[in-house]
Amino acid sequence: MKKLLAALLAVIMVLSLTACGGNNDTTKAPEADTTKAAEDTTKAPEPDTTKAAEVTTEAPAADYSKIKIGFIFLHDPASSTYDNNFYQAALEVQKELGLSDDQVIFEWNVPEGPACYETAADMADKGCNIVVADSFGHESYIIQAAQEFPDVQFCHATGTKSRTQNLPNFHNAFASIYEGRFLAGVVAGLKLNEMIESGKIKAEEAKIGYIGAFPYAEVVSGYTSFFLGARSVCPTAFMEVTYTNSWFNIALEKEGALTLINDGCVLISQHADSEGAPKACEENGVPNVAYNVSTINLGPTTALISSKINWAPYYKLAINAVANGESFDTDWCGTIATGSVELTELNEAAAAPGTAEKLAEVKAQIEAGTLKVFDTSTWTLNGEHLTEYLADVIDNGDYVPETNVIVDGAFVESGEQFRSAPYFDIMIDGITEYGK
Amino acid sequence: MQKTDKTVREPLVHITKRPDMPLFPALLIRLCAILLALIICALIIFWLTGLNPLAVYKAMFEGSFSSTRKIWNFLQNTAMLLCIALAVTPAFRMRFWNLGAEGQVLVGGLASAAVMFYVRDSWPSWLLILVMLISALAAGIVWAGVPALFKANFGTNETLFTLMMNYVAIQLVTFFIAVWVPTGSGVLGVLNQQSQNGWLPAVFNQRYGLNVLIVGILTVVMFIYLRYSKHGYEISVVGESENTARYIGVNVKGVIIRTVVLSGAVAGLAGFLLMAGAAHTVTAELAGGNGFTAVLVSWLAKFNPLTMILTSMLIVFLQKGSGEIAQAFRLSSNISEIMTGIILFFIIGCEFFIRYRINFRKKAEEEK
Repeated sequence: MKKLLAALLAVIMVLSLTACGGNNDTTKAPEADTTKAAEDTTKAPEPDTTKAAEVTTEAPAADYSKIKIGFIFLHDPASSTYDNNFYQAALEVQKELGLSDDQVIFEWNVPEGPACYETAADMADKGCNIVVADSFGHESYIIQAAQEFPDVQFCHATGTKSRTQNLPNFHNAFASIYEGRFLAGVVAGLKLNEMIESGKIKAEEAKIGYIGAFPYAEVVSGYTSFFLGARSVCPTAFMEVTYTNSWFNIALEKEGALTLINDGCVLISQHADSEGAPKACEENGVPNVAYNVSTINLGPTTALISSKINWAPYYKLAINAVANGESFDTDWCGTIATGSVELTELNEAAAAPGTAEKLAEVKAQIEAGTLKVFDTSTWTLNGEHLTEYLADVIDNGDYVPETNVIVDGAFVESGEQFRSAPYFDIMIDGITEYGK
Repeated sequence: MQKTDKTVREPLVHITKRPDMPLFPALLIRLCAILLALIICALIIFWLTGLNPLAVYKAMFEGSFSSTRKIWNFLQNTAMLLCIALAVTPAFRMRFWNLGAEGQVLVGGLASAAVMFYVRDSWPSWLLILVMLISALAAGIVWAGVPALFKANFGTNETLFTLMMNYVAIQLVTFFIAVWVPTGSGVLGVLNQQSQNGWLPAVFNQRYGLNVLIVGILTVVMFIYLRYSKHGYEISVVGESENTARYIGVNVKGVIIRTVVLSGAVAGLAGFLLMAGAAHTVTAELAGGNGFTAVLVSWLAKFNPLTMILTSMLIVFLQKGSGEIAQAFRLSSNISEIMTGIILFFIIGCEFFIRYRINFRKKAEEEK
């Protein structure tokens, strides 16, 4: 028996040695200063009065002590830029409103299945009065939880069903990210112009490559607005799209980027959640426009800019409403004006000179309403300018388009009268699918 | 001058096989392994995060047992894992290494979902459920049966074959979702969410009650089938030696196919229960890797269905616990995976000490 113990101990020692060699960082939550946050809570959960004072300047005095908000993530923010974008906004809001760690809880890697309902219900059991889920496929399960807990507000990003559910506590939210994409497209178009002027490519070689996740309206709307932005400054631009059929797949996204580069694309953008494409672009010296996070660290010489949705304004809206006992929109769309649509830092080392000025000019036009991203005079379908288009705005599960969304000479995306989640699903002239 | 005697130098440590260890010391060793694993985990947690390990273990426990909802969720997850483990077990006892449970569960779920997708509300619930069940069983049988036919007739390697079938199943699910969902979002969404037509009814006032009940009964039936029936005996004999089986007049080919069909049917049932009793939709992650985890559950329990109740509970407890730890302490999921890894390492590792004896070189011999 003694010998047995000795042997066991030997195994343990070896084990503990290898364990000690492990990387400290991997066990910590991404970029969050967990140790600091933990210290803060151990000190005292008293509300930070100075910060609360700041908030009162914009909203009526709100008491956040009863707020508890739970966040459900599809993936781990350590690797997924999409989830990280939600996570960083949550941390920002927590800090700004002076919420304690007990008031803001996170659950990673929640699949789009019954586990999502279980997590949401468990958060409600734990006293959350707001639950936020970040993935499209979570929607059915969040609705299920919303039906069971009428006093808890359930917020779901990118979803389409709130307008057909008639549940006052089930909320969809999105942002007019197509405006951000259009601006990012302008940056890309100027870069193409620079490449043409320097003789690197010919005008007719201004081919953009785009890696999309699914052939879904959210993606189509994203790449179309990006493309229209690029073409608004570089008229010869055209685009090729490939899909990974996954929201997060590093290998496929990298492979997609390489395929497009080999097919003659001189600039790449993507709507997928990993770092696969930006890295492949940096390795091949191809300019890249990203989404959700700045990728300058991944591509110091090739990353141009990223468009992103800033979720913080929406979180604050929901928290303030609940704190004040008010109701809030069941379908909400953020804009540039609400601070929900942003561009990350422009990489001056990679972007064409004069980009910042042009960007400010176009942004002002969008904000003033003089420039409409999906202005039907700027694009065609089979050579024709559309005057009417039926989209499947009312999601009652039938997939039948029923609503005309072209108003006053423009396709109204994420329109207040329609729905926050995108429904632009037209493959316009100038964009082709790889292999088709 | 030099010593030339040819004494064989005995190594410091050598290993011999033990005769079967009595139950009590074997249990003691397993208990020690779990305790040691927990101690090591505690040290690592403290060293990496500075958290109080006891608080961490409390959170781990709460992951499965802090509320009625969590307990039922724990039972549901255990039942599903156990059901898939029950599916692979008959084949394993026959030494048919069926690694295709993931795919068999998926096609079972896909078949049920297909029926629900096309029927929607046009049939009564009982008929819909019945047809879904039958198609799930059939799909599971086909998915397991193809490799079995090839094994029985052409001697192909069932491990690789069943493994490959998983990927075909995953692609098939992706394909059908693409066909069914014209918006291209890749998400089918919950079917019949309003009418709940074709959803398994609640038992004990619990939506997972029926799942747990069915798997509970199945476990006992499977135990009796494998231990006391003629079929169960044939399975064991074929597993020990095909030639012996042939000698005593067992139809080896027949037994292989019959057993694997049973395996596939139970996996298909798991897919049906997951789809009709919990998810009410199908995604490529319906089985969630449990098709592979079930192999571990079955092995750890030495293919005994009753012991598998415990091993599946252990695995689910670890999964739930690690999720809760990550949430309670805002750690990334990696730390809990490290913990699960360490605990499993010890549990699997201790089997070595149960089966083998480690002999150290005796001092007396050295002095000679």
